[in-house]
Amino acid sequence: MIPLLLIHLIKIACVIGVMLGIVAYTVLAERKICAWMQDRIGPNRVGPFGLLQPVADGLKFIFKEDVLPHHVNKVYFTLAPMIAMIPALITIAVVPWGSQLVIPSVSHDPIPGVIANLNVGILFVFAISSLGVYGIVLAGWSSNSKYPFLGGIRSSAQMISYEVCLGLSVVPVFMQVGSLNLMKVVEYQAQHTWLGFTQPLSCFIFLVSAFAETNRLPFDLPEAEQELVGGYHTEYSSMKFAMFFLGEYAAMFMASALMATLFFGGWSLPFAPFNAPAQTLTVGLIHIGIFLAKVCGFLFFFIWVRWTIPRFRYDQLMTLGWKIFIPLTLLNILISGVVLAVITK
Amino acid sequence: MTMQVERPKLTIWERTYLPQILHGLWLTLKHIPQRKFTRQYPEEKPPLHGAYRGAPTLVKDPEGRVKCVSCQLCEFVCPPKAIRITPRARPEDVPDANVEKEPEDFVIDMLRCIYCGYCEEVCPEEAIFLKQDFAIAGYTREELRFHKEKLLELGGVQPDSIWKWKFKGAPPLDAPGAPKREGAGRKG
Amino acid sequence: MAEQTVKLTIDGKEVAAPKGMNLIEAAKLAGIEVPHYCYHPKLAVVGNCRMCLVDVGMPKMGLDKKPEIGPDSKPVIMFGPKLTIGCNTSVAEGMVVHTRSPKVIKAREGVMEFLLINHPLDCPICDQAGECRLQEFSVDYGKGQSRFVEEKVHKPKKTEIGPKIMLDDERCILCSRCVRFMRDVAGQDCLGFVNRGSYSTLTCYPGMEPNTNYDLNITDICPVGALTANDFRFKQRVWFLKETKSVCPNCATGCNTVLWSREGVVHRQTPRDNDAVNQCWMCDSGRLHYKFINDPHRITTPTVKSSAMGERLALTWPEATRQIAEKLMPLKGKGSTIAAIGTARATTEELFLFNKLMREILGAELVDCVPHVGEADKFLLDADRNPNTNGAKLTGVAGEPIGSRIPAIAEAIKSGKIKTLIVHGENVVKYGVTEELLAKLDLLVVIDTLPNKVTELAHYVLPGATFAEKRGTFINARNRLQRLNAAIPSPGIARPEWQTFAALLNELGGDGGYLTIEDVFADMARLLAPLAGLNLSKIGDLGVELKPATETKGEAKTESTAAAGAKT
Ligand code: SF4
Ligand code: SF4
Ligand code: SF4
Ligand code: SF4
Ligand code: FES
Repeated sequence: MIPLLLIHLIKIACVIGVMLGIVAYTVLAERKICAWMQDRIGPNRVGPFGLLQPVADGLKFIFKEDVLPHHVNKVYFTLAPMIAMIPALITIAVVPWGSQLVIPSVSHDPIPGVIANLNVGILFVFAISSLGVYGIVLAGWSSNSKYPFLGGIRSSAQMISYEVCLGLSVVPVFMQVGSLNLMKVVEYQAQHTWLGFTQPLSCFIFLVSAFAETNRLPFDLPEAEQELVGGYHTEYSSMKFAMFFLGEYAAMFMASALMATLFFGGWSLPFAPFNAPAQTLTVGLIHIGIFLAKVCGFLFFFIWVRWTIPRFRYDQLMTLGWKIFIPLTLLNILISGVVLAVITK
Repeated sequence: MTMQVERPKLTIWERTYLPQILHGLWLTLKHIPQRKFTRQYPEEKPPLHGAYRGAPTLVKDPEGRVKCVSCQLCEFVCPPKAIRITPRARPEDVPDANVEKEPEDFVIDMLRCIYCGYCEEVCPEEAIFLKQDFAIAGYTREELRFHKEKLLELGGVQPDSIWKWKFKGAPPLDAPGAPKREGAGRKG
Repeated sequence: MAEQTVKLTIDGKEVAAPKGMNLIEAAKLAGIEVPHYCYHPKLAVVGNCRMCLVDVGMPKMGLDKKPEIGPDSKPVIMFGPKLTIGCNTSVAEGMVVHTRSPKVIKAREGVMEFLLINHPLDCPICDQAGECRLQEFSVDYGKGQSRFVEEKVHKPKKTEIGPKIMLDDERCILCSRCVRFMRDVAGQDCLGFVNRGSYSTLTCYPGMEPNTNYDLNITDICPVGALTANDFRFKQRVWFLKETKSVCPNCATGCNTVLWSREGVVHRQTPRDNDAVNQCWMCDSGRLHYKFINDPHRITTPTVKSSAMGERLALTWPEATRQIAEKLMPLKGKGSTIAAIGTARATTEELFLFNKLMREILGAELVDCVPHVGEADKFLLDADRNPNTNGAKLTGVAGEPIGSRIPAIAEAIKSGKIKTLIVHGENVVKYGVTEELLAKLDLLVVIDTLPNKVTELAHYVLPGATFAEKRGTFINARNRLQRLNAAIPSPGIARPEWQTFAALLNELGGDGGYLTIEDVFADMARLLAPLAGLNLSKIGDLGVELKPATETKGEAKTESTAAAGAKT
C-alpha cells in the first residue's frame, strides 16, 4: 500500500510531466503543421522527422544569453514570466484526465482521474487562470519601453473582456449539469449526451473566447509582432522568454482540456465501456487516452486556426466581445433557463 | 478623379464572417497533404543559371597550364580590394618559359569579394572566372583567404580555345629565315 | 648673354622659342605634345623612329628676300611636300607647324601600325605596362586595329644585358636611346643593332656588356618594356606605386629621385629631372641603395639593456625619453665627460638638434661625424658618400675636417675621461671606437635604424627613420639645399630622429617647443645665416643653392639664391 500523499505526488508529477511534454511537442506540431499548410516540410533536421527539435529548442533557450536591459524594473521583470506560466499549470489540477484507476495493489479505493476533485472546479479554473494576465501586464509594465507597454495594455483589456464572455458562456452548462464539479460534468455527459450538442452556442462562444484568452491568432493583439515588435515580451530573451512561450502553450493545453471536458465528454465516449467510470485498469488508462486524444484534437484546431485566419483589429475584437458575445451569452442563459424549467417541470 | 468603389452587399450569414472562416480552414487543411516545395539544401543543390556569378576562381587551359600571368589588373580593378597577387618570373626550366611571368601566390579574400565579376571581365588572359560556388564558409578568416592552389582547384580546366603558348617562342636557331643571334648577350 | 628667340606658329599658337630649339621642345612650350620615341632631350638626335612627324611650312620669300604677303594680308606659307621630323628640325622665324593636321595624324597611325606589327603585345606580362610610351601613343595616336595577319617575327625574349638588366628583343622598337646613352653618357660603347629590316635586333657587342655604374638608366629611358631592371622586374605593377619626391642619400651629389612605394614598402628608386644636379640620371649604386629601408631586421622600438647578459627590454617612447633624460640630467655642465658622434647621413634638421642637445644643453665638446669616403667617378658619383656633409658642417656637428675628433674621442674613452657616449646612426666600431672602449662606458645611447655591434653594446637603443620615412633637408656637395619627403611610415613605433632629439631637449630643459619639422627648420633658419629667409616649402622640389657659409660669415642678412628651376 502506498500512502495517499505519495499517490497524489505521483499523480501531480505525471500530469505536469505529460502536460509539459505535450506542450513541447505542440510547438513542434505548430511548426510542422504550419509548414505543411504552406507546402513546406518544416523542421526535419534534429532527430528522425525532426522529432528531437523540442530538445534542441530547449537547449538553445538555456544557452542563450539572458539579457536584462538596464532600464527595466528588475524584480517584476523577472517575476512576470513565472506568473504568466504558473496559472496554466495549476488549473490543470481540477481537470479530470480520466475516470478512475483501479489498482488494488496500490490502493483499496480506485484512484480518481483528477488531482483535486473540487466542488467549485470551474470557478477555481477561472480564478486562477485570470491571474495569468498579471504576468503579461507586469511584463509589459516592468519592461519600461513602449511596445511591451502597449502589449500589456492591450492584453489586460482583452483578457478581462473575454473573461466575462468565458465565464458567462459556461453558465448554461452548469445549469444543465447542476454542479460545478468538473468530474460530475464529465460523468453527466457520459450518461446523457455531450454538452457540445445541447449547448452549441455556449460551446462556440467558449471556443472563441478561449482563443482570446490564450492570446492566439486571430486574437494575438498583445504580441502582434507586425505592430508591436513582440508586444509584452519584446525585451525578454533566453529562459524568461521561453517561460512566456511555455505559458502560452500551456494555456492552450488548458483551454483544449476545458473544451474537451465541458463540451465533448472529457474522458468518455458515448458507448460502453467508455461511458461509465472505469472498473479495470485498462479501461481507466484508455479513458486517459481518450481525454488526451480530444485535447490533441483541439490543439490541432488551435494551430489550424492560427495559420488560417488573419488577426482582428482591436476595435473588432472589442466589438465582438462586448457587443455580440456578452448579449448572446446572456440570451443563452435566459433561453437555457426557460428550457430547463420547462423540461424539469 | 475619385472613384466610387462599389462595396458588395453582404447577407447576414456572410456578415458573421463564418463562411469565409470555414472556407479558409478548408483551404489550409487541403494543403496539408499536398506536394511540398522545400529544397533539401545542402543535399539538394539549386539549379543555377549558366551565367551565375559565384566565387572567383583561377582556371587552367586544356593543357593544364595556369593561365594567369600575374598582370595584376584584377587586383587593380577589384572594388573591395579582395585580390592580392605576388608575381614571380617563371622558372627557366618549365616548358613555355617564354611566358615569363606567373603568380607565385594569388590570394582572394572571399570575405571581401563581392562577386562583382570585374576581375573576370578585366582579365586579359581569361584566367579568372566566377564559377558557381556560392556557399563559401569557414571557421576562421584565414581559412577564407583562398590561395593559389585552392583557387586553381576550384577553377579546374577551362575548355576554351585560347592557346597563347601554342605559336609563341623563338623559332629554333637553324630554322630557315630565323634571325642570326650572335653577339655577347649571355643567353639568347 | 640674352638668348636669341624666334617667333613661330604651332597649331595656330604664337610661340617664342630660343634659337636652335627643336620643334618637339618648342611645341612643349606651347603646351602641345608631339609624340616621339627616339628623341630624348639629353641624348643626341638620330631621328629614326619617325613618330614625331609634323607638317612644317615656311613663309614664301619674295625676290626682295621679304615674305610675300597674300590677299588676306598675311604671309604666304609654303608647306613642304613631305612631313618633317620634329626632333631634328630647328625653329625658324615665321615658321608654321601643324601637329594635328590630317596628314600628320595619318602618318602617325602608319608609324604606330608598323611598330606594332612585330610587337608581341603581351602588355599583361610586360613590366612597362602603365608607363609605356608605346601603349600610351597607341591609345592616343594609333588606329586601334591591325591589318597584319601573318606570323610575327620572333626574337630572343630573355637576353641578359649585363648583370643588372634583362632585354626582351621582341618588345624593342629600335629607337636606339639605349645605344646612345651607353655610348655618349655612360661612356661605354657596347650596344648596337644586328641584322636588317624586321629582324633588326638589339644586342651587345661581342664580348662586351654594359658594366658601368649607370647602366640602369637605360631601363628608364627605354620607351617600352624591352629593357627592365632585374631588381624591379616582376615585383610590382607601376600603377600600384605611390611616387614620392626624394633625394638619393648615397653620396654628396644628392641626385633628385622618386621613391616608388606601395603600402609602406619601397619598391624602386628612379631619377628625377634636375638640371642643376643630376639632369635625369642617377648612378646604379644610388638607385639600388634603398633595400635597407625594407630590411626585416629594422629596429622598431626603443629598448634598454636590462641585464649584464645583454637582454633587452622594450620601452615606450615617453618611458625611454624619461629614463635617458634622467641619466643625462646630472651630467649637464659636466660636458667634458660626454662625447657624441653624429652622422652626416642625417637631415640638417636632425644635425641641428643634435648639435643643440650635445653642445648647448649638455656642454659636450667632443662632437663629430664619421666621414665616409669612396671613389669618385667623373659623372655623378661623389667621393664623399655622406649626403649631408655640408649640413653637418653648417650646423656645427662635424669637425674640421669631418671626423678629425674621432681619435680624440677614442682616446678620451680609453683614459676614462669620457663616460657617456651618444651615437647617431654610425657603426663607430669600424671607425676607431672599438668594442672594448664602448664596453668601458657608463652610458651608451644609440639612435639607429639597423642593429649592429654598437646597438648590441648600447644601454639604450632608440629606433630611427630612414630617408624614405621622414621630411627634412640635405645640403649637397655644391651647397644645394634639397628636400626629402616621407614616402612610407617607419616600422613599429620608430620615428624620425628629430622628434627624438626634440623630446630629449624638452626633458633636459632646452627651449624645445618643436612640434613639427617646420618649427625646427624655422629655428635653424633663424640661427644659421645661410638658411635665412628659407622654409621647407620655399626650397621646392628642385632645391635652392646656398651661398658658401664662409662667404656669408659676418653678413647681417643673407640672400639665398634660388635656382632658376626652383620656381617651377
Ligand atoms: S568578383 Fe569582384 S570583388 Fe570578387 S575578386 Fe573579382 S573583382 Fe574582386
Ligand atoms: S587579370 Fe587575369 S592574368 Fe591578370 S593577374 Fe588577374 S587573373 Fe592573372
Ligand atoms: S613594351 Fe609597352 S606595349 Fe609592349 S608589351 Fe610592354 S607595355 Fe605593352
Ligand atoms: S631597348 Fe629600348 S631603348 Fe633600346 S633601342 Fe630598344 S626600345 Fe630603344
Ligand atoms: S623622335 Fe623624331 S624621329 Fe624619333
